[in-house]
Amino acid sequence: MVALENYLVVSAILLVIGVFGIFLNRKNVIIVLMSLELILAAVNINFVAFSVFLGDLVGQVFTMFILTVAAAEASIGLAILVCFYRLRSSIFVDEANTMKG
Amino acid sequence: MIEAIRFILPELFIILFTLSFLMIAVFSNGKALIEYSNNISSLSLIVAALILIYGQATTTEPVMGGYYSSNDFTSFFKGLILILSALILHLSDDYLKKNNLQVFEFPILINFSIVGMMITISANDLLSLYIGIEMQALSLYILASFSRDNAKSTEAGLKYFILGSLSSGLLLYGISLVYGTTGSTQFDLIYETIMYTDTLLGLQVGMVFIISSIAFKFSAFPFHMWTPDVYEGAPTPVTAFMAIVPKLAIGAMFAKVLFDVFGGVAHNWQLILVFLSGGSMIIGAFGAIAQTNIKRMLAFSSIGHVGFALMGLAAVSPEGLSGFIIYLFLYSIMMVGIFAFIINMEKDGVLVTDIYLLAQYSEKRSGVSFALALILFSLAGIPPLAGFICKLYVFMAIINSGMIYLAVVGAIASVVGAFYYLRVVYIIYFMDREAKLDGRMPFTHLCILFVASVAIVIGTYNLLGVEPLTRAAAQSLIY
Repeated sequence: MVALENYLVVSAILLVIGVFGIFLNRKNVIIVLMSLELILAAVNINFVAFSVFLGDLVGQVFTMFILTVAAAEASIGLAILVCFYRLRSSIFVDEANTMKG
Repeated sequence: MIEAIRFILPELFIILFTLSFLMIAVFSNGKALIEYSNNISSLSLIVAALILIYGQATTTEPVMGGYYSSNDFTSFFKGLILILSALILHLSDDYLKKNNLQVFEFPILINFSIVGMMITISANDLLSLYIGIEMQALSLYILASFSRDNAKSTEAGLKYFILGSLSSGLLLYGISLVYGTTGSTQFDLIYETIMYTDTLLGLQVGMVFIISSIAFKFSAFPFHMWTPDVYEGAPTPVTAFMAIVPKLAIGAMFAKVLFDVFGGVAHNWQLILVFLSGGSMIIGAFGAIAQTNIKRMLAFSSIGHVGFALMGLAAVSPEGLSGFIIYLFLYSIMMVGIFAFIINMEKDGVLVTDIYLLAQYSEKRSGVSFALALILFSLAGIPPLAGFICKLYVFMAIINSGMIYLAVVGAIASVVGAFYYLRVVYIIYFMDREAKLDGRMPFTHLCILFVASVAIVIGTYNLLGVEPLTRAAAQSLIY
């Protein structure tokens, strides 16, 4: 059986990739959405691993809820992005700068 | 099981109302319904508040299998949220009409986010907490980009969505670590586990993740950067809603998480709270100085007020907690008053938000100007008004907890912050400029503005009678 630490390391790496994907990416909003999904995947791995090693089902139930909410979140994000694209004809992160100060 | 329904009556009512309203609105295609949709939902929220006051059972034990709680603390905040959102829904009606935004989805989204906030406040399990937070956040993302033909509004929605989802992800990561180290997601079980074990590393890391993501939703200092942009870009009624109602809900939830889950390790999070509070006060005071857009200015002002309120939590005492609750209460009343005015700022038929357009407003509308000036004085914390009293409460609490340095930072921030509130008063009364606002405020909006300004004067002497309520609320959190 794979040790718990391995799962935690994988999930921590995914989380870090996701967070850096959001902050270092200066190009495309779609990449930001993908990074958000990576963060949620990291959380799901964590929950399932803990759930198995604790012998407790709550973690897996939680994962189901996260999957559902993530789907709703992604759809809302894409809807906002479509509105944004319609007005600007671009989805570059750098161009989202009408407000400053 | 049927017994448990008594604890969730108001939530149930709002959900049933909103879903049936949605169905009726979709299938009836009636113009009249859309025209009155805001006021109808506003009435439904008042009914929900009445149900909450007269019908909802309270108990100190967790209910619904440990996922939910219903006590004095949750009832106080839920009642406040319902009444304030009813007022804001009514206020937003005219604005939406003028901007061609009047569709029945607006009150429906507001109602869903209110249900989310009520679940957030009442949650007694990290799972229901997460569901509640997401429910209110998802509705708010849509509301922020509600004016979808407006570049600023969609940009605000996009920024809010990206940063909000990031903070939800971090919250979940924190929750997973807490779950992994304590083996439970229920507040009271986690509390006990923490009390009877040595400090766990995973728990501390998880706690920091959870606190920082809640601080993000509360727009406290290191995570405040989304606030000015979103407040400026979103349509004004949405800004009013976001500046008042989620602040109450997230504040209540913050207090609940800190005291109910991590109450046993208060020495571990006290310094974090001191940092959040001090930073927010300073950013709020200095950031607002250069702003000329009143919505953006109020965004910084709300960051500053969040800092003052968090001072009450940083004190880690029943006194501080009741100061925190009083602060949020009076802050929300002042904000309702000021937004009743901002929603109606209009020049030549165009809605504006520039503060210099307020020049010599007092000559034409002396009554409104006086009420507005009172609220601005109160926000600045000038002594005989309610804004001063609530600051006094948190300052007393923090000094009694022995952290005088934070009180000093607060005093400095308060003095600096007074500058930009008083600048608006100066513009209204003395500035010599031609740009004059026209347009009249509807009667009910005037009433809300005047009631708010009278309330902050009366509130000086008896805190509007909420002090015993806040004490009971604070008691039910610290047991």
